[in-house]
Amino acid sequence: VSARRTRGAALAVALAATLVGCGGDGTAVEPTTIRLVTYDSFPSEDTPLNEALAEFTADTGLDVQIVRAGDTGTMVTKAVLAAGNPEGDVMWGVDNTFLSAATDGGIFDGTPALVDEGDVCVNYDVAWFTEQGLEPPATFDDLLDPALRGQLVVQNPSTSSPGLAFLLGTIAEYGEDGWQDYWAALRDNDVEVVDSWDTAYYDRFSGSGGGDRPLVVSYGTSPPAEVVFAAEPLDSAPTGVAVDTCFRQQEFAGVLRGTPAPEGAVRLLEFLQGERFQRELPLTLFVFPTNDDVVLPEVFARYAVRPDISRTIDTVLIAEQRAAWQDEWTQIVLR
Amino acid sequence: VNRLPRQVVVALAVVPVAALLLLYAWPLATLVARVVGPGTIADTLTAPGVAATIWFTLWQAVFSTVLTLLVGLPVTWLLARWRVRGRRAVLAAVTVPFLLPTVVVGAAFAALLPDSWLGSVRAVLLAHVYFNVAVVVRVVGGLWTRMPHDLTAAAATLGAPPWGTFRRVTLPLLRPALLGAAGVVFVFTFTSFGMIRILGSPARPTLEVEIARRATQLGDVGGAAALSMVQLAALIVVVTVTARSQRRSTPTFAGRSGPQLPLRNRRRTLHVLAAVTFAVALIPIAAMVLRSLRIRNRWSAAGWRALVDPVDDRPGLGIGIDAAASIGLSLRAAAVAAVVATVIGGLAVLAITATQVGGRLLDAGLMLPLATSSVTLGLGMLITFDTPPIDWRAQWWFVPLGQALVAAPFVVRSLLPTMRSIPPDMRAAAATLGASPLRAWREIDLRVICRPLLAAGAFAAAISLGEFGATSVLSRTGDDTLPLAIDALLGRTGDLLRAQGFALATILFVLTALLVSFADPSTGDPLTEDRRARDR
Repeated sequence: VSARRTRGAALAVALAATLVGCGGDGTAVEPTTIRLVTYDSFPSEDTPLNEALAEFTADTGLDVQIVRAGDTGTMVTKAVLAAGNPEGDVMWGVDNTFLSAATDGGIFDGTPALVDEGDVCVNYDVAWFTEQGLEPPATFDDLLDPALRGQLVVQNPSTSSPGLAFLLGTIAEYGEDGWQDYWAALRDNDVEVVDSWDTAYYDRFSGSGGGDRPLVVSYGTSPPAEVVFAAEPLDSAPTGVAVDTCFRQQEFAGVLRGTPAPEGAVRLLEFLQGERFQRELPLTLFVFPTNDDVVLPEVFARYAVRPDISRTIDTVLIAEQRAAWQDEWTQIVLR
Repeated sequence: VNRLPRQVVVALAVVPVAALLLLYAWPLATLVARVVGPGTIADTLTAPGVAATIWFTLWQAVFSTVLTLLVGLPVTWLLARWRVRGRRAVLAAVTVPFLLPTVVVGAAFAALLPDSWLGSVRAVLLAHVYFNVAVVVRVVGGLWTRMPHDLTAAAATLGAPPWGTFRRVTLPLLRPALLGAAGVVFVFTFTSFGMIRILGSPARPTLEVEIARRATQLGDVGGAAALSMVQLAALIVVVTVTARSQRRSTPTFAGRSGPQLPLRNRRRTLHVLAAVTFAVALIPIAAMVLRSLRIRNRWSAAGWRALVDPVDDRPGLGIGIDAAASIGLSLRAAAVAAVVATVIGGLAVLAITATQVGGRLLDAGLMLPLATSSVTLGLGMLITFDTPPIDWRAQWWFVPLGQALVAAPFVVRSLLPTMRSIPPDMRAAAATLGASPLRAWREIDLRVICRPLLAAGAFAAAISLGEFGATSVLSRTGDDTLPLAIDALLGRTGDLLRAQGFALATILFVLTALLVSFADPSTGDPLTEDRRARDR
């Protein structure tokens, strides 16, 4: 009996050891594949951005694997739940609306770096407004015009980061106690809500794809994308930006705490901030690079809108209130 | 009495008890600890929309339950009372939906219903009824089929009209089974997740959907835990109440019973009814298969091709879902989960049948995960096993472990009747013939459990394959299982992506149907078979 018991105990210890001791012991050689966790709309192949990453691989011998983690909110929330044992090595694309949640959740090693900027603004279909003989909207209040009833499509701020940015823009404009009335009025003016930017822009907006609504929440940098991707060359952008509806979006990248490849991760993060990578940002992600050495491509500089007035809200306040605002918005607009 | 040696019983019980403590009790305690903090529950319950969510969860569950009973009763009457042509096939067709993954049922109704119905409560209710009619057929049918025919015949002879007989005789006798079925349907619809995710509207979540959203999208783990507690409390109340009222009054019958050959003049009506039931049960699945082959109102296999060779929306912009990989990943996870669940469940059943009081305790303990929603189970595990030295979040077996926790109670449920059907005098006879208790146990109990164990394993694999709640919380980015990939694909717009979603749902349907047919080869008659097992 005692021999059997000893064997059982040994087995239990071995089992416990395998279950517990899987964290790695630090003596291992660093992996040569660096996993870049990012949002869904980051291209995984066939763009100049990916060519730049391929150059990084050629120079350093480090492969870059792109891991898409959903919209920004889902990406950050999952990263907080995985903090210390991350789903990748470097994260790209935490914006200012989620920055505090990310840093409070302890997902980064060190301070994340600012990597790009842009604005979330209402875009309009130029042709529609010309046909109707209407002046395109410029401000939030303009969107309440009965003539624009049923013409605006927005994203759900719980599932889409431009949707959240637009909501924050209205909170910055009307204040913490005033935005509710604005949204109630917007709802009464038959605003349509969809889950993602893709759906809103490509399926519902008339200025780009097959939709029938001439107003959409998108980016100040969406018009150059329309020019670049146009089937036939254009001499003016088919879409315009309502310049007084913008919320400033800044995106950050950082090394994820607990990465098994800290050195390679730091090298990738440096590369993401460098000129070689940053110069591809305007015409792939359609954002303004933060590296001062980058010369903006002509089409981007000409059509991208960087409004004089762009709103912002303190990241700490956003972290405190975001969930409550999202819930309240759902109550007002969807129920 | 022919008792097993104590050490053997302890050895049998140690794995299931340890698993229960480690995977259920500890995570649940962690969740409770998150909520105990000052005001967490009060803050969550008073947050905007939470009361509406609780109210919606409740009324849609009540409504679904009532509708399921209303639809289920005539179907049950047909199948439990009448020997109609193709009865077996109809029985299989109405009982299989309950064994399908909820995302598959959701996908089937998303394919069947007009797009304008998506996001509406009626779509959810329809899917709930379709999914749960099987519960009524099996639970109520099991009793109804044993009700002697002369009982209703006597009432008719005494001049009672058919409706009167049904209301005064049949219904009261069926009451315990009706309550039992209603309890089960309520539990399933109250914790509904997959069908709501695919068919419902984000504006009207159930508690289960809201718990997952708070945990994985808002990052509000405390709020999610608080809602989990509310949900668990409600479920425990419902389960206890229905179990108690069921125990009190299950009738026993004597006399000739079982499905009867209909009289000639009613035969045609009953056969038409059976044929219609059969067709209605198959239509949603057929719609799903057809929709996987339709793109922009034309026939096309592009959805199926895109599973292997993904097509991007725009250059380089895919959707981050590797459909082909999700199949392999799901199969591997389900296999591991099935083995773990079968080992835990099998040992538990042996331990339960070998002891009296301890067995009842273990039995009840293993039912707790069944009464806990799967999102809660997953969330508990995720926030418990996240601190070194026990940090399991990145382990490939973390998802299967969660699935095993969901599947193990089903293994126990499916094995217990077999083990309890071993006549006690068989063990007594073995003892009389001089076998030691251990030997008798080896020769009888172990032999009896062997084949059903394989079937239970297949059943566990089917459950794990379709498991959505716990998996959606535990899984890592890029490691989507089939249900997660289907949910993601059907959540997008665009015909190609939706066709891909329906194609993957079809694959999941076929895999599940194969496993289920292995687990329950339907050679017997589930209604009368239940009866034999119980009568023994």
